[in-house]
Amino acid sequence: MTTSAPARQPEHGRFRMARTIHLERRLEVPRWLPVATTIGAVVVALLMSGVILWFAGGDPVAIFIHILRSSFGSLGVLSDTLVTATPLILTGLACALAFRMRLWNIGAEGQFLMGAWGASAVLLIPIVPAGTPSIITIPLMMAAGMLAGALYGAIPGILKAYRNVNEIIVTLMLNYIAAAWIAYWVFGPWSEAGFQLTAQFPKSDWLPRLSDFASSVPAFAGLTVHLGLIFGLVAALLVRFLLFRSRRGYEIRLIGDSPRAARYAGINVARNTVIVFAMSGALAGLAGMSEVGGVVHRLQQVISPGYGFTAIIVAYIAKLHPYGVIIAAIAFGALILAGREIQPSGIPAMIQGIILFCLIASEVVLRYRVRIERRAA
Amino acid sequence: MSVAPAASPPLAVAMRGIVKRFPGVVANDGVDFELGVGEIHALLGENGAGKSTLMNVLDGLYRPDAGEILVRGQRVEFRSPRDAIAAGLGMVHQHFALVPTQTVTENVLIGLDRPRFRIDIRRYDDKVAELAARHGLTVDPRARIWQLSVGEQQRVEILKMLYRGARILILDEPTAVLAPQEAQDLFRTLRSMVADGASVVFISHKLGEVAQIADRVTVMRRGTVTAAGVAMAGTTSAGLARLMVGRDIVEAIERTESVPGPVVLAMRDVEAESDRGLPALRGVSLEVRSGEILGVAGVAGNGQSELAQVLTGLRHCSRGSVTVNGVEVGNRSPRDAINEHVAHVPEDRTGVGTAPNLSVADNLIMKTYREAPVSRRWSIDTGAVRRFANRLRDTYSIAAPTVDTEARLLSGGNLQRLILAREIASSPRLMVAVQPTRGLDVGAIVTVHRLLLDQRQAGSATILISEDLDEILALADRVAVLYEGRLVGLFSAAEADIAEIGLRMTGGMVSSTDEPGNATMVTP
Repeated sequence: MTTSAPARQPEHGRFRMARTIHLERRLEVPRWLPVATTIGAVVVALLMSGVILWFAGGDPVAIFIHILRSSFGSLGVLSDTLVTATPLILTGLACALAFRMRLWNIGAEGQFLMGAWGASAVLLIPIVPAGTPSIITIPLMMAAGMLAGALYGAIPGILKAYRNVNEIIVTLMLNYIAAAWIAYWVFGPWSEAGFQLTAQFPKSDWLPRLSDFASSVPAFAGLTVHLGLIFGLVAALLVRFLLFRSRRGYEIRLIGDSPRAARYAGINVARNTVIVFAMSGALAGLAGMSEVGGVVHRLQQVISPGYGFTAIIVAYIAKLHPYGVIIAAIAFGALILAGREIQPSGIPAMIQGIILFCLIASEVVLRYRVRIERRAA
Repeated sequence: MSVAPAASPPLAVAMRGIVKRFPGVVANDGVDFELGVGEIHALLGENGAGKSTLMNVLDGLYRPDAGEILVRGQRVEFRSPRDAIAAGLGMVHQHFALVPTQTVTENVLIGLDRPRFRIDIRRYDDKVAELAARHGLTVDPRARIWQLSVGEQQRVEILKMLYRGARILILDEPTAVLAPQEAQDLFRTLRSMVADGASVVFISHKLGEVAQIADRVTVMRRGTVTAAGVAMAGTTSAGLARLMVGRDIVEAIERTESVPGPVVLAMRDVEAESDRGLPALRGVSLEVRSGEILGVAGVAGNGQSELAQVLTGLRHCSRGSVTVNGVEVGNRSPRDAINEHVAHVPEDRTGVGTAPNLSVADNLIMKTYREAPVSRRWSIDTGAVRRFANRLRDTYSIAAPTVDTEARLLSGGNLQRLILAREIASSPRLMVAVQPTRGLDVGAIVTVHRLLLDQRQAGSATILISEDLDEILALADRVAVLYEGRLVGLFSAAEADIAEIGLRMTGGMVSSTDEPGNATMVTP
């Protein structure tokens, strides 16, 4: 053993403590590992961001505390964080549902806009006469928003299912069309006195906010959290139920894992493609409805700072699990909110980016066992 | 039984006391292995015995937890297959690593320093062609990988290793993907290589081919060696099989006389096209009765896959009719076939038969998830799924820690038990089994055969499509031969003559029996 490889001697003389890192494929992933690597990745990302901030002359600890304080520090900002998280929860669910079937719906942004448009149409066309009680208009706006999103989502679904058109390209392009569609209505037919926005919705048709109840519960004063958050939470429950407790969800998971096995099991893959795309669109459409009904209170050209795109990251970080989407959406809501607080506002964007990179990198740990060996001299 | 350790001829490879652990399993538990120069050494064992692990350790893909490796007497510590190939040691895995859109030459050159820029790739075409010709590896260097058959792709993998100067070649179950004829071609190549002074490790679990190709054999069972480097001359198949599985194999399966009932499956004049749009089935007519097994023999690629797909609704037929219990299922959906209780044990276990990343339970309900008790209307009762899955797991001895285990973690034999359990639980009237034992170890093969015979006893009609003639003769009541999409013979198993079937399988009788329609007229 000692004499067999003289060629190694000098090498070992020099690197007495040489260590090597090996990656080996994991056969089985323990249940706790995905959670642990996600947390670990975020911690590493924050450390890296801290180093960058420090080099830039900032005090990382103070900045992180400031970010935390400006997104979770008080009831007021926590409420604002949840308001920002609301559309992310719904669009995140939209993406998670589609991604489960390996349908790459990059069009949550467009479906969000169409949902906002559909909800607005109820009041602006108007579909119901002015003065209709909110108990009728709000459900109608929800239905219209979800329908508009679903129809818009069904387009790439149908093209994919029956003509095998790549859904990534179609959904991406449809985002631009949706933006132009909104622009047409706010510049043209629905323009309020020539401005690029519509008239404000009647106050009675706004989604109820916590602050609306401040007269009976004084602590709610100024809290902007609105009914949309409940939509998001209920939707997460429903999506979880759909995926793991329903026949449709079983089909979705089976198709997502192996389309050929699904066909063998007698599942109509094409029809499910259309249905899942429509459901995904409906969730994104509900997000749009919730945003115009609960926050903006009118239709205008800019109603989303890219929620539908952030949703892709949210769904991915949540490992496509509906409850994970809620947590990831709140975390990203906090970062978006912090972006308004911190100057330069690029810092939270940088942190977002680093977190994302670390999360993607952490996948290695899930797939492989890392072994560090000290080579005996 | 044992080889003298002080043997004077230098060893190509010596592995001593190799230990390799994975979480929860010891894949190699102190394994010794010796490969002589110029020999073909078979590494025999059941699925999961640790053969591939041992060779992956040798190839530098895994690092051993203990033990040492010597290549030509030099102690080595490979950190990657790149180190291994630098030492003249190359491995061809079961799953190829080829770029489908690139040419053979480009694939051979991939990852090499020269040529650094592929400007004059044509020059290398000749080098590759010459190397291929020298070893009898017929393949067009300019063909793109996707255009090649699996057998040809394997030749490219071997060429890759030879081009890199491999003198020690490890082949991991090379014949699993090959048609019998291609396997013979491979054996010829291997013989010419060892005659040239190369050494070959041949991983297999097929006794027959080991007896045919190997000079010596090492048998592994559950991570340990049960026979080390035994010369093939001194072995018997039964003896090796006992060392492999640790028990005597029931050679012939007991089967009772067939009591055929009414006609279940009737195919009339069925024509269908392959994926490439070429005629795959040309006027196939046959009947299968309840309680009988019809074996369909043939060399791979003569319409067997398409036949199974037509029967199960996965492929449309361009002409003819397929009825199950009088109900037309041809040209309808897989769902319609399932509703008529057509069960299907597909050829591709991991790609079609199971969803690898879903749980065992989810895989077991693939055919029954639309029915009570697994589901009610649109909801799935997870408690019922669990009970159903646990019952099947216990009844069919599917070795999985829990029914939540992902299907991809099961061994081939257990995966096939899972598929059979599921298909049998769907109470089939017609069972379509395609290559049901390909790649399985002896123990699993016996299980599969017994289950198919039990189904026959229970009164289902069975079509057994297999390339393994011994399997067909062991199980089938009647044997049909498929050649170029036509039925070119139908025999009752009792009067079947292997030579005759073999001749027809290879097209020997086609010109004289041009009329396939009368096949159904032969009665058992």
